[in-house]
Amino acid sequence: MQNPGDALKKALLAALITFGLSFPIVALRTDTNLSNQLVLTERWSLAFTLSGIAFVAFLLLGLVRPAGDERATPKTARSAAPPHPFTRYLPRIGLAFLIAYPFLAVAISGSAGAVKWIDNFGIQILIYILLGWGLNIVVGLAGLLDLGYVAFYAVGAYSSALLAKNFDLSFWLTLPLAGILAAFWGLLVGLPVLRLRGDYLAIVTLAFAEIVRLVLINWVPVTGGYAGISGIPRPTIFGYSFMPGPDNIATALGLPASPLYRLFFLFYLALVLALAAYWVTTRLRTLPIGRAWEALREDEIACRSLGINTVTTKLSALAAGAFFGGIAGAFFSTRQGFISPESFTFMESAVIVAIVVLGGLGSMVGVAIAAIVMIGGTELLRELDVLKAVFGGEFDPAQYRMLLFGLAMVVLMVLRPKGLVATREPTVRLKPKVARGAPAAE
Amino acid sequence: MDYFVQQLINGLTLGSIYGLIAIGYTMVYGIIGMVNFAHGDVFMLAAFIALILFLMLTQLLGVGSLGLALIVVLVLGMALTSLWGWVIERLAYRPLRGSFRLAPLISAIGMSIFLSNFVQVVQGPRNKTMEPLLSNVLVLPIGNGSVTLAEKQLLIMAVTAALLAGLWYVVKHTSLGRAQRACEQDRKMAALVGVNVDRTISLTFIMGAALASVAGLLWMTYYGVVSFNDGFVPGVKAFTAAVLGGIGSLPGAVLGGLLIGLIETFWSAYFTIDYKDVAAFSILAIVLIFLPSGLLGRPDVEKV
Amino acid sequence: MRWISDPLLTVDHLSMRFGGLVAINDLSFSVGRGDITALIGPNGAGKTTVFNCITGFYKPTSGRLALTHGTGAPAGAIDALTRSDLRRTRGANPELFLLERMPDHEISAQARVARTFQNIRLFPGMTVLENLIVAQHKTLMRASGLSLAGLFGLASYRAAERKAFELARAWLNVVGLADRADDPAGDLPYGAQRRLEIARAMCTNPVLLCLDEPAAGLNNRESAELTRLLRGIRSQTGVSILLIEHDMSVVMDISDHVVVIEYGVKIADGTANDVKNDPKVIAAYLGVDDEEVAAAGGGVP
Repeated sequence: MQNPGDALKKALLAALITFGLSFPIVALRTDTNLSNQLVLTERWSLAFTLSGIAFVAFLLLGLVRPAGDERATPKTARSAAPPHPFTRYLPRIGLAFLIAYPFLAVAISGSAGAVKWIDNFGIQILIYILLGWGLNIVVGLAGLLDLGYVAFYAVGAYSSALLAKNFDLSFWLTLPLAGILAAFWGLLVGLPVLRLRGDYLAIVTLAFAEIVRLVLINWVPVTGGYAGISGIPRPTIFGYSFMPGPDNIATALGLPASPLYRLFFLFYLALVLALAAYWVTTRLRTLPIGRAWEALREDEIACRSLGINTVTTKLSALAAGAFFGGIAGAFFSTRQGFISPESFTFMESAVIVAIVVLGGLGSMVGVAIAAIVMIGGTELLRELDVLKAVFGGEFDPAQYRMLLFGLAMVVLMVLRPKGLVATREPTVRLKPKVARGAPAAE
Repeated sequence: MDYFVQQLINGLTLGSIYGLIAIGYTMVYGIIGMVNFAHGDVFMLAAFIALILFLMLTQLLGVGSLGLALIVVLVLGMALTSLWGWVIERLAYRPLRGSFRLAPLISAIGMSIFLSNFVQVVQGPRNKTMEPLLSNVLVLPIGNGSVTLAEKQLLIMAVTAALLAGLWYVVKHTSLGRAQRACEQDRKMAALVGVNVDRTISLTFIMGAALASVAGLLWMTYYGVVSFNDGFVPGVKAFTAAVLGGIGSLPGAVLGGLLIGLIETFWSAYFTIDYKDVAAFSILAIVLIFLPSGLLGRPDVEKV
Repeated sequence: MRWISDPLLTVDHLSMRFGGLVAINDLSFSVGRGDITALIGPNGAGKTTVFNCITGFYKPTSGRLALTHGTGAPAGAIDALTRSDLRRTRGANPELFLLERMPDHEISAQARVARTFQNIRLFPGMTVLENLIVAQHKTLMRASGLSLAGLFGLASYRAAERKAFELARAWLNVVGLADRADDPAGDLPYGAQRRLEIARAMCTNPVLLCLDEPAAGLNNRESAELTRLLRGIRSQTGVSILLIEHDMSVVMDISDHVVVIEYGVKIADGTANDVKNDPKVIAAYLGVDDEEVAAAGGGVP
């Protein structure tokens, strides 16, 4: 318990500060009137309400929290305790759930209602998981801060779209090509800048992503500029397509027409791609190259003293990460059938970095959880019509989507600076952890 | 010739604004080694605050004198933006001090997303256009032509120069400046010899925000338009400027800002406006490859 | 006097300047094959700078660092290599290396010089065992066919990995850390971290092991253990050891050869006994640290 007087004082101060922050940005709203002039609308009550909320919140917090606790950020000591048994089975439970997911969606919300759950939630989240796992190699394992990951996503999306449209290549060919091209660009960006220290690498990758976006916008004859590329061929299986038409797979099999077949196909394709990324990454982690990535993250100078060529090691991490970014891009373009520079802004890079760091650097399961929480959570906001009832008809929850996303990033980071899954699973053990556990040396 | 000088004037004006924002990045980086990603959005917020305060003074309170209004906006805007800077540091960064390297950066990116969307929610998504201010121009004869120097350009350069002189004095000759330099060198040691590290870092954020506030006001007077997503691009360019000049170096930030402003203006004037940002970013990459510590930065001696 | 009859490493006229500061000035000495050589000197004498030059972290301003992988190099072979613009003799027996021409990772991987650091540099988040496996990167990387063979679990790679694993286990036993193998290296107590760093360096299979203040921060009992450990390592593997050390009892106890530098210049060079009684050495230490002189001078205050 804190001294109530102190708590009151703090709450008053918080209210005062909140008012200072709200004035004038909240209290006075700028609007354009009919004669195209800016005029102010006064909303003092809103500013007072916010201050009041701050007052009450701080008062309650001050009364509940023990005194002197204010700066007691939990020291996240490296916990020697073994991870909760649940986390060990989490991948398997998660996989079972993912495989069943489209059927569950149809079973629960019917074939019409399931579209949204499979497409907006399932496929969307899987794309971000794939991107997160790709970037996890670069940021999580190798410790290289790449703020321009979206560039490789864009390279993958545009190259697969252009190859498919201009050279009539099948999706099954453009998919690996997109990955390879993105990896090639990863090498190209990495080569000159890898000598730079960490934060510079961040800014150069960010600048590279902006350059890619600006080129996509301005190189109109090839990329279509702001209008983007539409009519990207959809993937087919043995010549059958999932789009309405004579070669539609459902028609051929004599099934009733439904958009669900396409979504099921895309969902499982995304799942397979994500699982491939998972398999390759977990495999690489136990190989010398993967161990060198992690060693690089831990101490670059020590790496050099052990004969590890840090330049090629970093390049391999960048290229491997970029490869999965390119694959995700190719999938994205064929899923949408349309791409434009709008989808490849810095915000995407920020979201992917956030997923990797919030998940817990290097933790594959953590990254997947973070993708589900952050992407699923913000998608869910679109759905909350309940809020409309609470805040009145004008309230549009979607408007608050990114605001809450940003806030969640800050809050999660402050509460769990090491990410959701902070424990690191060793790549090799001298003694098996439990009698019938994973093999000691993979 | 006159075209060249005209572009020079325009480039220096823009560069002054970038330089003011860049100082915020470079000071924070110097003292806690963190890229304050939200700083560009603090600048955008400051431009909004300046715009609203100006409208409040002229429309609601009926202040007739433009000079008085601008001075009040400048002072009040600096105070309010500083408050934002202080609160952001307190809530989003301070709890992460001593945490691993990426944690504060992610928090800053989150804060950046929050700020731009916050402004969008409370002020609406549309561009805010203000009637032009100080649009008188001086015509200067140059060779056999002439160039125009707008009053506002003069104001921007003068205000920037005055602020830099003030900042230089603070950093070099006051106890705050000494404390800042001490924290830059060794935070633990500074704390041991009695420097209040938390307070020094807070004040650094406040100074950065105050300068961003001036940049926001100058931006509003120069362009007369701002929108909620105007924090990102100027922010990235200012950060580029800070890196170009050598991050951690105050004169470097200003030099970098001026260079970025000039590169952008000249590229637009002589080549194509479409690729002006590509030019700025490419030059950053090239400079970093050949001068890894920036133009005026201290070389990075590797401690083994 | 193996450092004269059979030198492993010959440092010739080494100089290192940082801007105007001369850290090492025209330094020459040799490290004998199979010897334990100590590089000592007051604080700031330039000892770590010598290490950084030998291990490639710094490019020397001038001078030659020649390493041979065996005895019986023909006279003048080093000079011949120096005149060429090559870094090493390929295929010659014994092989010669000019370290000042090689990047740091090649010095470790090809010339087989390993090192530890003054302020321990382990991979703290990785386990003790992983630290030792990472040290065998070069061998495993070759066996894994740049990871492709490893990706698909080929038998040849699995065999190489098993061997790496056994080597790591053997070294864990030597340094007495087998029971902590699966703990993060950062969780070990200080003395154990020092031992692990030495084991990790040995896992690279070096011919020359450079230890930067291995006894720093250890108590007397631990220092004595360290001395035993280093002697054991040398007698088991035949590796030559070059160490920087401030603890004179350790230096005098285990060194076959002591090189003393001050302000980047060599002031004495010889056996522990020769150096201990050298008036120049006593003078150099007198101005700095009484305790160390007491140790070096055999108890004379």
